[in-house]
Amino acid sequence: MSALLGKLSWDALPYDPIVIGTLCVVAVAGCVLAFLLIKHKLLGVLWNDWLTSVDHKKLGIMYIVLAFVMLIRGFADAIMMRLQLALATNGDPGYLPPSHYDQIFTAHGVIMIIFMAMPFMIGLMNIVVPLQIGARDVAFPFLNNLSFWLAVSGAVLVNISLGLGEFAKTGWVAYPPLAGLEYSPGVGVDYYIWALQISGIGTTLTAVNFLATVFKMRTPGMKLMDMPIFTWTCTWANILIAASFPILTAVLAMLTLDRYLDFHFFTNDGGGNSMMYINLFWAWGHPEVYILVLPAFGIFSEIVSTFTGKRLFGYKSMVWATASISILGFIVWLHHFFTMGSSANVNAFFGVMTMIIAVPTGVKLFNWLFTMYRGRLRVTVPVLWTLGFMVTFSIGGMTGVLLAVPGADYVLHNSLFLIAHFHNTIIGGAVFGYLAGFAFWFPKAMGFHLNVKLGKAAFWCWLVGFFLAFMPLYVLGFLGMTRRLNHTDNPDWNIWLYIALVGAFVILAGIICQFLQLFVSFRDRNKNLDTTGDPWNGHTLEWSTASPPQYYNFAELPVVSDIDAFTDMKEKGTAYVRKESYAPIHMPKNTKSGVVIGALITAFGFAMIWHIWWLAIVGLAGAIVTFIARAYTSDVDYYVQPDEIAQIENEHLDNVAKG
Amino acid sequence: MILLLTRILSKVALALMVGLLAGCQGGVLDPKGQVGIEEKQLIIVATLLMLLVVIPVIFMTLYFAWKYREGRDEIYEPKWSHSTKIETIVWAIPVVIIIILGVITWKSTHALDPYKPLKSDKDHINVQVVSMNWKWLFIYPDLGIATVNELRFPANVPVAFQISSEGTMNSFFIPQLGSQIYSMAGMVTKLHLIANEPGTFDGISSNYSGAGFSGMKFKAIATPTEADFDAWVEGVKAGTHDVINNGVLDQASYEKLAEHELDAHHVEPTPVQYYNSIASSIFMDNVMKFMKDHGKVELLKGTAFDSKMIHGSSNHGEMNHGEMNHGEMNHGEMNHNESHHSSHDMHTEAEK
Amino acid sequence: MSTTHMNTHDAHEAGAHHDEHHDTGGNTVFGFWLYLMTDCLLFASVFATYAVLFMNTAGGVSGKDIFELDFVLAETAALLVSSITYGFALICAFRKNKKGTLSWLAVTFLLGAIFIAMEIYEFHHLIVNGHGPQASAFLSAFFTLVGTHGLHVTAGLIWMFIMMIEVTKTGLTGRAVTRLSCLSLFWHFLDVVWICVFTVVYLMGAI
Repeated sequence: MSALLGKLSWDALPYDPIVIGTLCVVAVAGCVLAFLLIKHKLLGVLWNDWLTSVDHKKLGIMYIVLAFVMLIRGFADAIMMRLQLALATNGDPGYLPPSHYDQIFTAHGVIMIIFMAMPFMIGLMNIVVPLQIGARDVAFPFLNNLSFWLAVSGAVLVNISLGLGEFAKTGWVAYPPLAGLEYSPGVGVDYYIWALQISGIGTTLTAVNFLATVFKMRTPGMKLMDMPIFTWTCTWANILIAASFPILTAVLAMLTLDRYLDFHFFTNDGGGNSMMYINLFWAWGHPEVYILVLPAFGIFSEIVSTFTGKRLFGYKSMVWATASISILGFIVWLHHFFTMGSSANVNAFFGVMTMIIAVPTGVKLFNWLFTMYRGRLRVTVPVLWTLGFMVTFSIGGMTGVLLAVPGADYVLHNSLFLIAHFHNTIIGGAVFGYLAGFAFWFPKAMGFHLNVKLGKAAFWCWLVGFFLAFMPLYVLGFLGMTRRLNHTDNPDWNIWLYIALVGAFVILAGIICQFLQLFVSFRDRNKNLDTTGDPWNGHTLEWSTASPPQYYNFAELPVVSDIDAFTDMKEKGTAYVRKESYAPIHMPKNTKSGVVIGALITAFGFAMIWHIWWLAIVGLAGAIVTFIARAYTSDVDYYVQPDEIAQIENEHLDNVAKG
Repeated sequence: MILLLTRILSKVALALMVGLLAGCQGGVLDPKGQVGIEEKQLIIVATLLMLLVVIPVIFMTLYFAWKYREGRDEIYEPKWSHSTKIETIVWAIPVVIIIILGVITWKSTHALDPYKPLKSDKDHINVQVVSMNWKWLFIYPDLGIATVNELRFPANVPVAFQISSEGTMNSFFIPQLGSQIYSMAGMVTKLHLIANEPGTFDGISSNYSGAGFSGMKFKAIATPTEADFDAWVEGVKAGTHDVINNGVLDQASYEKLAEHELDAHHVEPTPVQYYNSIASSIFMDNVMKFMKDHGKVELLKGTAFDSKMIHGSSNHGEMNHGEMNHGEMNHGEMNHNESHHSSHDMHTEAEK
Repeated sequence: MSTTHMNTHDAHEAGAHHDEHHDTGGNTVFGFWLYLMTDCLLFASVFATYAVLFMNTAGGVSGKDIFELDFVLAETAALLVSSITYGFALICAFRKNKKGTLSWLAVTFLLGAIFIAMEIYEFHHLIVNGHGPQASAFLSAFFTLVGTHGLHVTAGLIWMFIMMIEVTKTGLTGRAVTRLSCLSLFWHFLDVVWICVFTVVYLMGAI
């Protein structure tokens, strides 16, 4: 311990060969990337056009890049786990000791949920929602930028833990007493706390931002019940974020106080109550999974409607179903711990509440089916993901209702059956949804198409891989295998563990296809340009813009009167109208402040983890001062002049006429 | 396309079938106790009810995707997006199924309440369970013996468990006999199980508690007759079994058993061991030590937190049940006579 | 939280087009409301924790032993009156009365500072007598709930101080008035939370 470096010492460096190997690979990749950026003189572009951008479209793309990067790490964790479990059978210790394995499953959960799925969802929401409601940006563009950098800050901390110190070894939920100071005295849980706390605040700000945007900045004529369905599902997700993330902030803060200042919220002694942590955590945790899945449902609605060439069946029903899922999602949290000893009345209540959610969810499924009915379905890559989702998620939902029956949960809680269930719904629901949305909106965001063959290959690998990897886990759950084991000794389990390993590799093939697809699509972009901005004959306003959209989105805010606003315009002939003159458009300028605050907060988080108090003060104070300074900056906006607007608009309209 | 759709369907069906078949030896779908049997039936019924919706949905997904794909000459109604009849059905059918399932849930949750004693003409056997890093301690308070990582009781005799923990949260689970329940320090949870036939069943912890978690296993052995069980108990007391005999389970040997390393590259599973006698109220004493200042005083003595001990902690002599921290103990439904007794013991212990 | 949007009131006057929905002052205040609701939930979580843990005194003191209601009444009075004085400040701001605004802000600041000083005194007193937050779950929850509120009030005071500087230097611009409106929401919100704290923690604890 020292005043200058806190708990940091040479001991913090890794000694495990796997970790050292990984860090070498990352270092090399980083150097290659840096070299390429410098060689192609892209650093300036990176800084000026992307990192400091307050444009929701650019921020959205960066969020998705973050998600893909963290997918690599989270999935590497998954492969390592599957490999360990396939090797460590019949009492064999495998190749990963508990000290390493237990960090891996913790990191896997944290990364996949918080640093892959959330950024992916927020990224898509960023790109699409302002366009869908006919707005020029979100309500608070600077805050949007800041939120992104807070997410990056959290991700950076999680990644630093690989090289300095350790990560938590508690599972992604970090229950006390295990996560308390007595049983986790190292820095691992502190990395966990600060990564989640910092990124959580960013997420809360995002929700505030998008709620203000949707309620205050819709284009004229667009009533709430005229909004595109994806915007609606994101809005409910944002309401859930606003209502649930503060609970996470509070419970992490309490755990922090227990660990740093010897408080007694969740300790075994002094009157602490570890059950309180579990209640608070899941009061956030359950809404969190709906936050992940509702936007995915919205994506599927858009895709089914677009590619069948039909209005979405039961739009109002869909909105109300989303509302009821959201509200119900707040009164079911106890189903995550039916086995903690609550009374039968309490368990039964929460069980029944949980299964009621199956009703609006089922309604959605039927509405998608009836959208397909008497439509003309084009089986594109987004549609493949949608069909895969509908089959997969139905199974996941079914096993969820099963687990909602406390009597069944008593024998299935924490087993691999549970693992299979939530992967079923998160992968089959959320991840398939985001990948579908990615394929759907990629041309809009980037201006060129994704390679279709590789897209289909990725889908099939993911689908087949998913079933191979997770159906065996349902079986293992029934066979009595519990979660978070790092070795097994029941010969009956082995075959299923092997099949699951194969499945993991098939999914890996899918992920590789995805990256290959990006590479090939970029390489061939000039041959596959989206010249009209409306490659799918879309229904909603984002398709009326160029691809990528004009940086100000809309030269003139469209006036809207129904859902499927763009289809409406196309049918009435008001879609592509050349204007005589344009009015100046007010736009926000880029800013360094978000990056700077993000960096200072990362320093603060790092300092708190390692007890480097002087750096913590500098980091936090610096971030606050920067924020206040930003508030007093006056050079934050500018006007786009009419002639520039006219030039951009005419170019777009010319392309549409040609295409 | 049809080929591919059929592939998905058959994959799903295969997975389900294999799962059901494979689950039929060992584990949750092969229960050997009444509680587990009822839970299995519950799982099957709930699954069948859900399949009533899920199978048609999956079928319709693949069928509609095939039937209404572009290129086929089907009716195309781009603006048709509402039908009260269909909406009514798609809301009503799930509602009906959920109502049925809801009723089943309500009833079964009460019937399978872990705290509810099992109906039997035989007297239940009391076992007190303590999860420690990373082993299970079983105390037979009425028989005066204790075991580590081995639980034995006669078949067809109900067992009433009181469960607590020495530190981290675990979950006491014998998959083939039925329900699990968490073990938590300073609190007592309850469980009732019974084996319908003799046999040896795997027991585990199903809540991750640290490096040695994977090795935290025990055997639950249901003896063919009560006489067999009694004979075994006598053997434990006499120390005639070929198992490590640790003598008396008192506070000192209890704390020795609880010792462990926090982080390890490899944690050896703890071998089965027996105690041929126990200090009375050893279980409750250790539950209670986490409460009030006794916890702080005893636990923290000599540790880094010692200096932070409060001054003016409560007068031991004043302790009464009115002050007792029921918030922590609400799962205990503690036998107040028992605890009163033990608290007196604690006073004398602390005052030593 | 100060506005992050630009100097739009001036821009508006510069003839921005009508279909530009740039009621950014309104958007800012609405956004601040939303943030305040998340803060409300944060406090709700801490309250819930207090409710579960307040009886866990670990053999130590309970509320009855340590709460001095007269003292708390005085600091409550300070805070409640400060809400009224802030109201006066905002009325002056809407009327573009710079001097009045600054005066009432100063009074509010003073009252708020008194509240914080008294709270610090109370905490210090408890800690030196061995009733710090490390002593029991009750005290952990107490210090955290009251302390979270106190930290918010402190943040509000810092914000208020900065606003006084802004108003002094650049006057009651549209931006300044928007920010004062947000601070007003914040300040009154903290008042409401304090009433809950006073009732649930001190009053109910002391009886």
